[in-house]
Amino acid sequence: MLNHCFLCRNEDLKEMLESNKESLKLEAMKRIVGLIAKGKNASELFPAVVKNVASKNIELKKLVYVYLVRYAEEQQDLALLSISTFQRALKDPNQLIRASALRVLSSIRVPIIVPIMMLAIKEAATDLSPYVRKTAAHAIQKLYSLDPDQKEHLIEVIEKLLKDKSTLVAGSVVMAFEEVCPDRIDLIHKNYRKLCNLLVDVEEWGQVVIIHMLTRYARTQFVSPWREDAVFDENSEKTFYDSEEERRVDQSKPYIMDPDHRLLLRNTKPLLQSRNTAVVMAVSQLYWHLSPKHELSVITKSLVRLLRSHREVQYIVLQNIATMSIQRKGMFEPFMKSFYVRSTDATHIKTLKLEILTNLANEANISTILRELQTYVKSQDKAFVAATIQAIGRCATNISEVTDTCLNGLVLLLSNRDETVVAESVVVIKKLLQTQPSQHSDIIKHMAKLFDNITVPMARASILWLMGEYCEHVPKIAPDVLRKMAKTFTSEEDIVKLQTVNLAAKLYLSNSKQTKLLTQYILNLGKYDQNYDIRDRTRFIRQLIVPNEKSGALSRYARRILMAPKPAPVLQSAFKDRDRFQLGTLSHTLNSQSNGYLELSDWPAVAPDQSVRIVEVVEPLFLCVFNSNRKQKNGNAVKGESRSENESASESSLSESSSESGSESGSEFDSDSDSGTGQKKNTKSKPVMNLCCILICMCNIWHPFLNITYLPPQIIQKALLLIIITKLFSIHIVLSFSNQFVASCRCSLLRLCVFLACQFDAVSWHVRVSLQASFPVFVPETSHELLHRMTGKGLSAQYRFTRQPCIYGNSMVSLQLTLSNSSDQALENIHISEKSSTGQNIHHFNAIGELHTWTCGSVLFSFSTKEDEFSVSIQPAVGELLVPITMTEADFTKEKLTWCQKANQPIHFCVCISRFAGKTVGSGCLVLVSVALKDPDAGITINTEKTVMASMLLRQVKITLTNSGP
Amino acid sequence: MIHSLFLINASGDIFLEKHWKSVVSRSVCDYFFEALERATEPENVPPVIPTPHHFLINVLRHRIYFVAVIQSEVPPLFVIEFLHRVVDTFQDYFGVCTEAAIKDNVVVVYELLEEMLDNGFPLATESNILKELIKPPTILRTVVNTITGSTNVGEQLPTGQLSVVPWRRTGVKYTNNEAYFDVVEEIDAIIDKSGSTITAEIQGVVDACVKLTGMPDLTLSFMNPRLLDDVSFHPCVRFKRWEAERILSFIPPDGNFRLLSYHVSSQNLVAIPVYVKHNISFREGSSQGRFELTLGPKQTMGKAVESVLVSSQLPRGVLNANLNPSQGTYTFDPVTKLLSWDVGKINPQKLPSLKGSMSLQTGASKPDENPTINIQFKIQQLAISGLKVNRLDMYGEKYKPFKGIKYMTKAGKFQNDCHLLVIQKLAG
Repeated sequence: MLNHCFLCRNEDLKEMLESNKESLKLEAMKRIVGLIAKGKNASELFPAVVKNVASKNIELKKLVYVYLVRYAEEQQDLALLSISTFQRALKDPNQLIRASALRVLSSIRVPIIVPIMMLAIKEAATDLSPYVRKTAAHAIQKLYSLDPDQKEHLIEVIEKLLKDKSTLVAGSVVMAFEEVCPDRIDLIHKNYRKLCNLLVDVEEWGQVVIIHMLTRYARTQFVSPWREDAVFDENSEKTFYDSEEERRVDQSKPYIMDPDHRLLLRNTKPLLQSRNTAVVMAVSQLYWHLSPKHELSVITKSLVRLLRSHREVQYIVLQNIATMSIQRKGMFEPFMKSFYVRSTDATHIKTLKLEILTNLANEANISTILRELQTYVKSQDKAFVAATIQAIGRCATNISEVTDTCLNGLVLLLSNRDETVVAESVVVIKKLLQTQPSQHSDIIKHMAKLFDNITVPMARASILWLMGEYCEHVPKIAPDVLRKMAKTFTSEEDIVKLQTVNLAAKLYLSNSKQTKLLTQYILNLGKYDQNYDIRDRTRFIRQLIVPNEKSGALSRYARRILMAPKPAPVLQSAFKDRDRFQLGTLSHTLNSQSNGYLELSDWPAVAPDQSVRIVEVVEPLFLCVFNSNRKQKNGNAVKGESRSENESASESSLSESSSESGSESGSEFDSDSDSGTGQKKNTKSKPVMNLCCILICMCNIWHPFLNITYLPPQIIQKALLLIIITKLFSIHIVLSFSNQFVASCRCSLLRLCVFLACQFDAVSWHVRVSLQASFPVFVPETSHELLHRMTGKGLSAQYRFTRQPCIYGNSMVSLQLTLSNSSDQALENIHISEKSSTGQNIHHFNAIGELHTWTCGSVLFSFSTKEDEFSVSIQPAVGELLVPITMTEADFTKEKLTWCQKANQPIHFCVCISRFAGKTVGSGCLVLVSVALKDPDAGITINTEKTVMASMLLRQVKITLTNSGP
Repeated sequence: MIHSLFLINASGDIFLEKHWKSVVSRSVCDYFFEALERATEPENVPPVIPTPHHFLINVLRHRIYFVAVIQSEVPPLFVIEFLHRVVDTFQDYFGVCTEAAIKDNVVVVYELLEEMLDNGFPLATESNILKELIKPPTILRTVVNTITGSTNVGEQLPTGQLSVVPWRRTGVKYTNNEAYFDVVEEIDAIIDKSGSTITAEIQGVVDACVKLTGMPDLTLSFMNPRLLDDVSFHPCVRFKRWEAERILSFIPPDGNFRLLSYHVSSQNLVAIPVYVKHNISFREGSSQGRFELTLGPKQTMGKAVESVLVSSQLPRGVLNANLNPSQGTYTFDPVTKLLSWDVGKINPQKLPSLKGSMSLQTGASKPDENPTINIQFKIQQLAISGLKVNRLDMYGEKYKPFKGIKYMTKAGKFQNDCHLLVIQKLAG
């Protein structure tokens, strides 16, 4: 009857769907969706529904999609009718329509359309819209589950999408990676830093997935930070947080954390503040598995905060805390009160809290915990009371100071009216007594008295076992208990019977006079018991203890077999072995490996090559330049590429190479025989100069939102390229970003300056280009301390290089001094005392001093106030003594071939190729800096005639880059 | 990730199912029903249940079990958090999240679920995006829809999904621009029988209702941000500004949202605003017990304690209670043994009390459990931790918004279903 009705109704729906009225169709679809939601079968309507797939009405279309995705698997042939609609929609100019078409197309689980899906995914992966690419990432997983044979092709798409820089895509593609090819860790290398940097901006669900993946990744790539000897002071840790790496170097600690490892920890930390509990848990497990032990404490508070969330969240978080608290009590001890049980908690929450409280117990807090446990024993929830008694038992064994107190408390519970409480107490007491039986015969006697009133089998069995085990301590009572048991043997539970047999055997061995008959009686009863185990045990015991011809030698050892001293049971946490699973996973929650669980690998003993993570951003422009140059000017000894070999030849060979100096040899180490200037000799004598080129770069800071790696190559190419040649045969190549570009990037801070200086063979090129000073693009705001207020008796001074042309002379550098008074009386007559300035020319002014220098030496002068005089010195960074200049591209190209000589100083990462030209303020000699990034040897090149300065500049640039990089 | 979702009501009927991958037979829920049977209380069902081929992760909200079916390893909190987000969305759309509401709006529910997950991975969970896609049903719209045949599905395509601030719609316009912030604090305390505090913590939230035109950029600063021991933010809040300056800087979502939740540590002394005097005694051998309870205000800074509700789970041996409240009404449920007393407002001059006798089962021994007393209350105009908002500034838009801030303290436990807070352990 019902079935009939249903059929009728379906007919009715079919009619509605086939009508012309949109509203009727919609009504029909709504009813059909209602049927699907209730789990009723509506598959026979498929033909009628699928016709509407191209409907104009959006709601109708969406409902048809819902239907289609639900039943396509069952009606594969008919489902194919709809495919062409989606294929058309995939080409729609609207990105959202493209995305939804791909979404539905990939959700139709029909194997025939796999090639179509594959094609659509490949196309969508290169779509301009990040939203469509995100959908493509989702589609990858769907296709993979439909047809695992496509794996190889899909990995290609994943590889492509992993390079995507959109935050929208990152989470989804990592999800696809985890599903399809979690073992292809090599795909992550290049994207590691990008993922770390994007993480904060990814949507919260993506964050969880990425963090879990990065945890696994980090465990394969970095060495363990867990050193016993690495003890750090918590406070200084925070102060120096940013300069962690160097500090460790300074202290010459054996362990140096990989900067990438640090990057991950640093970028995930703010996510502990997320409102999404899954994100907080993910970060916590990342810290647990990856951070040095002393940094672990940051996660505690956040985890405790999660305990205030929903019941289910509490359950998972408490489980994880239980595992953590076994290994690291200290983490949660200050928050002990958060684990106090509330009367409104669910039972499984209560037991987990008990578990944690027990784990946290130590000599100092045990009395507080015991007092709290005592109140729990009075709870109305019996399962919880039982767990509490177990917990008391564990506290008693773990902390020997309180064993007696606990035991007394438990004995008191034996007179409790509630049977479960008594039974549980008996079981726990039994375990406790095994540790120190001799002193507690009165407890055993007490329990024997209670024996008649206890009906819980486990408790009865426990008492019987205790009697047998320690029958020597209670010689009078034990036989009596056995006598009682003989009476009720047949009506007992199996475990009680087994223990009765045990007791009988032990008494027979120790006190056969009194118990021989009783034992035989019980053994006879056991022989005919219904239970196999009991019959077997009875036979075995009889053979063992009653000597006869057959039993042979064994019965002589019966006493030693049965009465052997037994090791006390170890009461330990149920979470003891959970740490074999990664925290926060389903496997950890269930304590069994679930399908698809990815094992966290152990730390590698030696870190794999870190350079795999270095990202090549742009083509190193200048190398190409050199190559083309060489084609033009064969005769000249310039060779960009041969650099590496020559470099390895190193300093020692420099003199030889200079003597050979044949242009055909291709040596770029020119001999300067004809130059004969003192400058040149100087050059040779300095070891630094042996690397013919030195590079340097200037500080660079970029706007937080504009990662330098995002700069497309064409922008770099727009940059201005200039050459300038001085009479001292140095080439200075400059490439600086045009101001427009900087403006268009809204990145006023970007400044990356690079110099490339070359020395060339003794051809005297006298090309002069007027050096035009250009304005600095970036002026750092940071000022440096000159005089501290403590040493200055209230007067403090800070200085800063303004990088503006000096109004007092072209050969001076402007310096801004900020003086402030932090004492409580006025400071008068502040001036720079003249006598102390050491040969430097300082333009005197009350607050601004101009200092002129071309050497890199420090400037010494002193401040005087009315009463005091303070000597201070400024050690300017060499970069501050340079003025940027502008050169034309034509000049550069003309000369570049001739004097190419560079040395590479590999640095760990490099941002992009950038060049900077400048001249020193004092002497006006040119300085060229270039920074190039190309795998694997990124480098900084600095060319200038002033070698000392070059080496200093190089060092500073290197430090700056290393610190400011990712 | 999430394979399927089943909605199960209190009587154990599956009233809605949704599959995102291949269909999973509803017989998988049998394992859940087994666990449900074993559990003594509805809350005691374990949140994660393994079955031979699947894992069931469930949450219980509004007496409905949301059971998600999982096939492989996934962080369980991921699923739990998502399910709660689903419930919040339903509540947001339908006002309540009940079986009836879900059944009435089954099409909207289906459309929502379709948008929230793609292939088991969350796609759009921000309520702003969802509301652009699917309009919440209102009575007016339902009537209009039936007459004109128009739909709930938004005509325009959701642009929010594509923006860098996915939580905010574009093109928001209001004639009255206003921003309201509610600082709500809950005290969570356990007090022992002698009246001393065992634990006391303050958990606070700042809920906002922001109706501002365009793309405003707000900053909110506190007079005493150091009070906040541990905070968690809506994704719109910029972490870095908070770390550096202790200022909340954000582009707000449109409408109601929870800006921040915080925790004031127990190290700062928490003032408990009410006290309870009690005397509950049973005499051995008698079938009568005495019950006496008095409430009084304490450290409320002159503000009235309102909406006070006292509840207590009496021992199982109690048959009935015959009590006399000085104000308000009380009920005693003889089956669940739950006593609840709706006190109303506490008048410091005339303290409310509840006195009377309890009858015990004849022959039953004296109950040895201690009843606990849970108290619920509200204090308007007071944030008990002393937290104060300093100022709210708006950048990015020209108009002058109307700003408002409200403080409230209540006893409340974090669980939505039970608002119990001060828990007193009493002597037997």
